[in-house]
Amino acid sequence: MSISREEIEHIAELARLKLSDEEIKKFSPQLDSILEYVGHLQEVKVNEVAETATVSGLVDVWRTDEVKEWDREEVLNALRQGELEAGQVKVKKVL
Amino acid sequence: MNLNELTIKEAHQKLISGEISSRALTESCLAQIKKEDKNIHACLAICEEEALAAADKADARLKMGETGDLLGIPYLCKDIIMTKGLKTTAGSKILENYVAPYDATVIKKLNEAGAILLGKTNLDEFAHGASTENSAYGPTHNPLDLERVPGGSSGGSAAAVAAKMCLFSLGSDTGGSIRQPASFCGVVGLKPSYGRVSRFGLLSMTSSTDVIGPFTKSAYDAALVLKTIAGVDALDATTVPEVVEHYDKIMTGDNMENNQSTKPLAGIKIGWPEEYFLPELDFNVLARLQEAAATLEAAGAIIKKISLPYTKYAVPVYYIITPSEISSNLARFDGIGWGLAKDEAVNLQDFYKQTRGAGFGPEVKRRVMLGTYVLSAGYYDAYYKRAQAVRTLILEDFNKAFAEVDLILTPTSPHPAFKIGQQANDPLAMYLEDVFVTGASLAGLPAISMPAGLVSTEDGNNMPIGAQLIAPRLQEASLLRAAKILEKN
Repeated sequence: MSISREEIEHIAELARLKLSDEEIKKFSPQLDSILEYVGHLQEVKVNEVAETATVSGLVDVWRTDEVKEWDREEVLNALRQGELEAGQVKVKKVL
Repeated sequence: MNLNELTIKEAHQKLISGEISSRALTESCLAQIKKEDKNIHACLAICEEEALAAADKADARLKMGETGDLLGIPYLCKDIIMTKGLKTTAGSKILENYVAPYDATVIKKLNEAGAILLGKTNLDEFAHGASTENSAYGPTHNPLDLERVPGGSSGGSAAAVAAKMCLFSLGSDTGGSIRQPASFCGVVGLKPSYGRVSRFGLLSMTSSTDVIGPFTKSAYDAALVLKTIAGVDALDATTVPEVVEHYDKIMTGDNMENNQSTKPLAGIKIGWPEEYFLPELDFNVLARLQEAAATLEAAGAIIKKISLPYTKYAVPVYYIITPSEISSNLARFDGIGWGLAKDEAVNLQDFYKQTRGAGFGPEVKRRVMLGTYVLSAGYYDAYYKRAQAVRTLILEDFNKAFAEVDLILTPTSPHPAFKIGQQANDPLAMYLEDVFVTGASLAGLPAISMPAGLVSTEDGNNMPIGAQLIAPRLQEASLLRAAKILEKN
């Protein structure tokens, strides 16, 4: 099985990654060989085997949904990492 | 002997007796970093001033009569764990100027215990790799042979302990990233059970397997660090409520040290899984593991052949589940709020693509692509869903084995450290580095890599190799007891 250039471009689009022409050329055979390798899983019989998503053994960890104060200085330092306007995180125009 | 060469246990004795100060110990480590790190490049940042101030504070606490195990002990931390006021880059250009606004829970706990943070260590970008060559800030060199890799992804932390730059370091292990570099650098590397240590403040990679753990010079030291950082945390809903044991006391009690004539592992059954010892395994590695088995037997353990039939599927399962979780976890790097932002784009979609295209390195892009692909419509069932089902079979393998044996012994890595650049253009070869370490990760089991001696490399050098012990969930105490027996000298 081999991934086409169109498929690579489509995945990059879904992943919001800008790839150069060179990167697309390089990734194409690399992704092929990785997918061929992980494709060995097709030979395993998995009918009626339940899927495992977590191994913590924990079930439904709940907490009360309440607002808690966080250290003011830590909040400000977190916010300052990005672009601010009037104390608000500035985002790009969506529409 | 220089102070930086001491184990935690030795340094602790000298600190509480007043023979040495934490300042002198810290200065000794800082001097070693200055001397050695220009060749090794284990560290990405050093916080000398803060470390010395913390050492003085620890000395004051020692003078007041405090005797905590890690009080005044200097350490380094993998640069993917948040440290308040210090840069946390994750080895990525996208976080080049990111300053963590808060401390991770493990850092908070170590601060309270009085341990001294010296700085941050190098890693494969976002912990994606097995050699530390994927760091955006250049590779780390193996202190035992500078032409070789230290392993990865926590290569900086392993190299730092091997080069005696600190008394211990923290790493993270998602699919072997503590154990494999410990094997390559000849140090102890412990991956605790999934959920045993809080990950609040650890940059998420694969949320279903990520664990924080220590690199140390001895199994006893690993027990001391684990005891300090383990425990339930309201800020990490995956931490388990089971009580944290006094691993250090369990290790030294019951005649472990005091009575040499008894057999400390009497009656303990240790599994030797045939799938980890296939005929193609390097005979030198096999010889070191046979010696390890003999050492355990001499301590009273019974070695028993077992089978883990789904072993060969662990790496394929891992390299479906991991990229899937990565593609989701790394979606947060969108250039808004923090991190690199490529501002020339006018349209929002292009802004995302340009920022991520410029900020992520090749392996990160590869994994995000792979994860996006296997999760996309039409492939989800064939890849992701199937991988999760095979993960169940791998888990059942271990459950069946642990009905027969108490621990499992395997090599940590199929070979010693390879040369820098040797596998750089073959991502699949790099993934296969994880062949012996992904199983325990997928099953959430505690595992440790212990130095098992040297093997000769293709150019006639001798390099270390690790023996891995795996225990049932939350059985870190029995894991560490057996690990101690494997210590040389």
